[in-house]
Amino acid sequence: MRAEEYAERRLELAGWPVNVASYRLGIQWHAKADNVSPGAALARATGTTREEAERRALERAEELLGRTRRQAV
Amino acid sequence: MAEYAHPETLVTTDWVAKHAKDEGVRIVEVDVDTKAYDEGHVPGAIAWAWNTQLCDTVRRDILSRQQFEELMERSGVTPDTTLVIYGDNNNWFAAWALWQAKIYGHRDVRLMNGGRKKWLAEGRELSTESPKVKSANYTAKEPDVALRAFLPEVQAASARGAAALVDVRSPQEFTGEILAPPGLPETCQRGGHVPGARSIPWAKAANDDGTFKSADELRQLYAGEGVDDSKPVIAYCRIGERSSHTWFVLKYLLGFRDVKNYDGSWTEWGNLVGANVERGAPAKAAGARG
Repeated sequence: MRAEEYAERRLELAGWPVNVASYRLGIQWHAKADNVSPGAALARATGTTREEAERRALERAEELLGRTRRQAV
Repeated sequence: MAEYAHPETLVTTDWVAKHAKDEGVRIVEVDVDTKAYDEGHVPGAIAWAWNTQLCDTVRRDILSRQQFEELMERSGVTPDTTLVIYGDNNNWFAAWALWQAKIYGHRDVRLMNGGRKKWLAEGRELSTESPKVKSANYTAKEPDVALRAFLPEVQAASARGAAALVDVRSPQEFTGEILAPPGLPETCQRGGHVPGARSIPWAKAANDDGTFKSADELRQLYAGEGVDDSKPVIAYCRIGERSSHTWFVLKYLLGFRDVKNYDGSWTEWGNLVGANVERGAPAKAAGARG
């Protein structure tokens, strides 16, 4: 088994940059969303297509990022 | 182009593909995301969970010498084993594991340059089987406390500048805009940084493919913030794992003589009653180049 069609892209969710990596393992697609800085994994998900796996991971990531409070500096 | 000071502490994904199952070599995956291993890993690799196997789970501390020995024995690692560690997030917790192995004197421990991300991106073979490991005998050395900073040293460094303090968290954590990385639970009472610390986020030491930048680029990165080998350096982050990555860079890739990881990090300092805290953007480093 190998990760195939590995790809990464950046987008913004809830005002924060997010990196989403996705790839296929066998017949299943895997996606992982991280918060870019520092790059901590926020959510991982699987799906039958890249789009489905990414959508699921990003939905969860957006929920978590939406809880982040910004302090006045 | 300058070589790394200790190139023997890094192996390539190619090297691992060729030697993962050699006698005397043990490959270990250590991820931030502890479920990643089950999805597929380097064939022959075992896994260590950072949150249960690489710390004391009762009091806040790294492994004791006995706990480290037990982990090595369960992992089939002897003092002569070539231990190769890799993981996600450009080897965050892999570096944390390597730091502890160095503290307990393991002679030959290395990181797989680029970590899990590079292995996946290169389409290399993955396995979902956990190898059967024959337990081994292991006697660790006395902990090398020269690799670890505790609070009093950090307080002295902040007050008197005896050591350079390197804050490797994100710029927003450094300024105090956020109390934890976006999307993660807040684990401190106050935001900001240790007075006198320089902001050099850990990820600046890595290329997009997860590998470490060249020695020249790394030297320039730290010198640009006034951090060099002329005085001791203490790296910190939130809980000590990101700063393990920076500690590895400074100690083994650049060869700085006196580098410590402050694993108490911001979850200690940012929760201290009465501790001085600086907020806002970093000032220009004195004597900084670039």
